[in-house]
Amino acid sequence: MIASDRPKYLDLTKIRQPVPAIVSILHRISGATLFLFAGVLLYLFQESLSSPESYVRFRAIADHWLAKLFLTGMLWAFLHHFFAGLRYLLLDMDIGSELRTTRAMSWGVLGTSLALTVVLGICLW
Amino acid sequence: MSVVKHVVGAHYGLRDWLVQRVTAVLMAVYTVVFVGILLICPPQHYGEWRALFENQLMRMATFLFFVSLFWHAWIGVRDILMDYIKPTSVRLGLEIVVAVLLVGYAGLAIQILWSL
Repeated sequence: MIASDRPKYLDLTKIRQPVPAIVSILHRISGATLFLFAGVLLYLFQESLSSPESYVRFRAIADHWLAKLFLTGMLWAFLHHFFAGLRYLLLDMDIGSELRTTRAMSWGVLGTSLALTVVLGICLW
Repeated sequence: MSVVKHVVGAHYGLRDWLVQRVTAVLMAVYTVVFVGILLICPPQHYGEWRALFENQLMRMATFLFFVSLFWHAWIGVRDILMDYIKPTSVRLGLEIVVAVLLVGYAGLAIQILWSL
């Protein structure tokens, strides 16, 4: 058997991740983040709806820069999870599983969610 | 071949896989419609924002969205726990915490929508 030069370790920092792998781990991270902050988002939704007084409180919270930063982060997490999820639904139907297309679509997911975060983030701020 | 079934496992079926996709599609459709509503006639003040969810169709659709969201989150978070948390007792403990949280969120969502 010929000795191989290929590395035998699985050090994530030393492996160059392909774009679909980056989209995949970000899909997991964004999903976990949305779950972790779901309670806060639900609370904000309640404040915005339950009464005119709570609506005023909601507006005051949402106007704070820290809240805007938080909401921008949540916005990116939602958008990335949304578009990466759409890509997985297409992959389930065997659309875009060819290497060139899957790379292009992964770049599309990364780019679209970042671009929309910037556009909607500007509206938010 | 026999399969060892763990109480903290995924129940080895297509059901969860399918539920995750069906709930995803429901949420995606709701999101597109909701964004459309906000773009076409953005609520200008509290009254209009409240009126949007007082509409019976919107209330039911939003309720469906929340149920989909929490069911979807349950499958996703459990998948993450199955990947990274190996001891059964710790995983079961965390799964219980997550399940209680999500059921609580669903209760809160019902309360928010039906107290309007």
